[in-house]
Amino acid sequence: MEKLINEFSIGLFFWQLVLFIGLVLLLRKFAWKPILDAVEKREGGIKDALDAAEKAKLDMTNLQADNEKLLKEARAEREAMLKEARDIKNKMIEDAKGEAQEQANKMIEQAQAAIESEKKSAMAELKNHVAGLSLEIAEKVVRTELSNKDKQLELVESMLAEKTSK
Amino acid sequence: MQNIISRKTICLLFLMVTTFSFAKEEKHEGEGDIKTEIKEYISHHLLDSHDFSLFSYTTDSGEHKYIGFPLPVILWDNGLKVFSSSQFHHGESVAEVDGDYYTLYHNKVYKTDAEGTITLDDHHHPTNVKPIDFSVTKNVFTIFLVGLLMFFVFSRMAKKYKTNSLPKGIGRGLEPIILYIRDDIAVPNIGEKKYKKYMPYLLTVFFFIWIINLLGLTPLGVNVTNNIAVTLALALITYFLTTFTANKNYWGHIFWMPGVPWPMKIILAPIELLGTIIKPFSLMIRLYANITAGHIVLMSIIGLMFIFKNWIGSPLSFGLAFALSLLELLVAALQAYIFTMLSALYFGMAVEEHHDDH
Amino acid sequence: MTIPNIVGAGLIVIGAGLGIGRIGGQAMDAIARQPEASGKIQTAMLIAAALIEGIGFAALFAA
Repeated sequence: MEKLINEFSIGLFFWQLVLFIGLVLLLRKFAWKPILDAVEKREGGIKDALDAAEKAKLDMTNLQADNEKLLKEARAEREAMLKEARDIKNKMIEDAKGEAQEQANKMIEQAQAAIESEKKSAMAELKNHVAGLSLEIAEKVVRTELSNKDKQLELVESMLAEKTSK
Repeated sequence: MQNIISRKTICLLFLMVTTFSFAKEEKHEGEGDIKTEIKEYISHHLLDSHDFSLFSYTTDSGEHKYIGFPLPVILWDNGLKVFSSSQFHHGESVAEVDGDYYTLYHNKVYKTDAEGTITLDDHHHPTNVKPIDFSVTKNVFTIFLVGLLMFFVFSRMAKKYKTNSLPKGIGRGLEPIILYIRDDIAVPNIGEKKYKKYMPYLLTVFFFIWIINLLGLTPLGVNVTNNIAVTLALALITYFLTTFTANKNYWGHIFWMPGVPWPMKIILAPIELLGTIIKPFSLMIRLYANITAGHIVLMSIIGLMFIFKNWIGSPLSFGLAFALSLLELLVAALQAYIFTMLSALYFGMAVEEHHDDH
Repeated sequence: MTIPNIVGAGLIVIGAGLGIGRIGGQAMDAIARQPEASGKIQTAMLIAAALIEGIGFAALFAA
């Protein structure tokens, strides 16, 4: 211990203290600060880049999922549209069919009605005609009949008989 | 785990070698002067010096030649005295400045008379006046150089980031260390929110200790961290940073420990207060002792090479010295790591928010 | 350095070595049991070892 104290040199202590503190201050300003800042900046840059890459990856997956979803939606939509179109087609056909049927029925009805009325008028005409004919025949018969007295009597007789037998 | 083993080993080696060598040297003090020479060389190597000499040799005519350069000597002795250390001629002559005479004794400056006489007391300590020495010594010079180097390297590295977000050149190797200190030392110990303001100190102290420890292993012969003054300065900075940034919770835990009965609180307060001083003290001693021990062991083993001088001993100590050098490389980084880590831990204690789980 | 000093230093080193060794061993066990907590265990281990070491060195200088 005594040797240590003997060896101690104030001059060396002084110089070491001054030079070392000076060195620390100088290096702090001109070396350590710029170096550490640069390294920190670089590390920050690397971290940011990694984060950005991670984010891009995430976005990519999201995008892919979105695409998938869109595709699925589009497909579903197309399907729906097709189905609708088919339905419309069927309905139209159905409607057309129904209408046609109706139309046909109506026409048939009309035709029937027409036929009926024609028939009726034909019947009426026929009746009239027959009545006329009958009258004519009857006139002719009567005329011929009435030209003979006997026969007139006979006719009256037969008619009466007919009437009374009834 | 490896670190633990290494420190254990180094402690044991330290013990073995010091006991072995010192015991031997005590017994056979007069036997060979090579041993005393080695011992002196080691203690000289561990000391600071006033000039930067890489190596020295003795010419045939007995003249000492030194390869290196002198450094300025700055003394405070009734006024500022500045002169070149070349005036000492490596401790061989007396320097005269404005009528005062100074000389070196064991690498320390003493005020003497014109002849340079040093009077010693019973404990072989000089009784001469010791002026306050603010000299730019070899260690101060090295600290300055390391500071310049660090400033140059790291500010250049910082500039590269302005144009490019990726590190270039030397920054490619340094950035992982900086990130390690941030992510594995500062953030877990101090916390996500508050670590930022301590980062400059932690980074600087780590690289400073590491580089200067490594420089100590080079043949330049500079040993900065085995000066208690240097480690004390570093530990004091940690201590003051801890103390001045501490929050209420920290002081609450020191003076009035929550969750214990009040007589215990009174006993605990001085212990805790002492603890705040022991923490930086242990930081100081640890760094100093590890590096000093490493140097002593390494140089002792290298010295053994010259003592054995035979075909078995010298290669053996060479191999041992080589292995130990590798270990010292690890210790250089490890001590820097421990210092930084413990500093961060103390800062973390100082700024810790209140928890209820006591 | 005198003989008592050396013996004292030796005792300190043995004590510190045993202590640090024990910490290291226990930490190994703990890591083997809970590998996911190895970071925290390592930190705690280093701190404990450093504290013992600090005391050890302080004692070495006193010896």
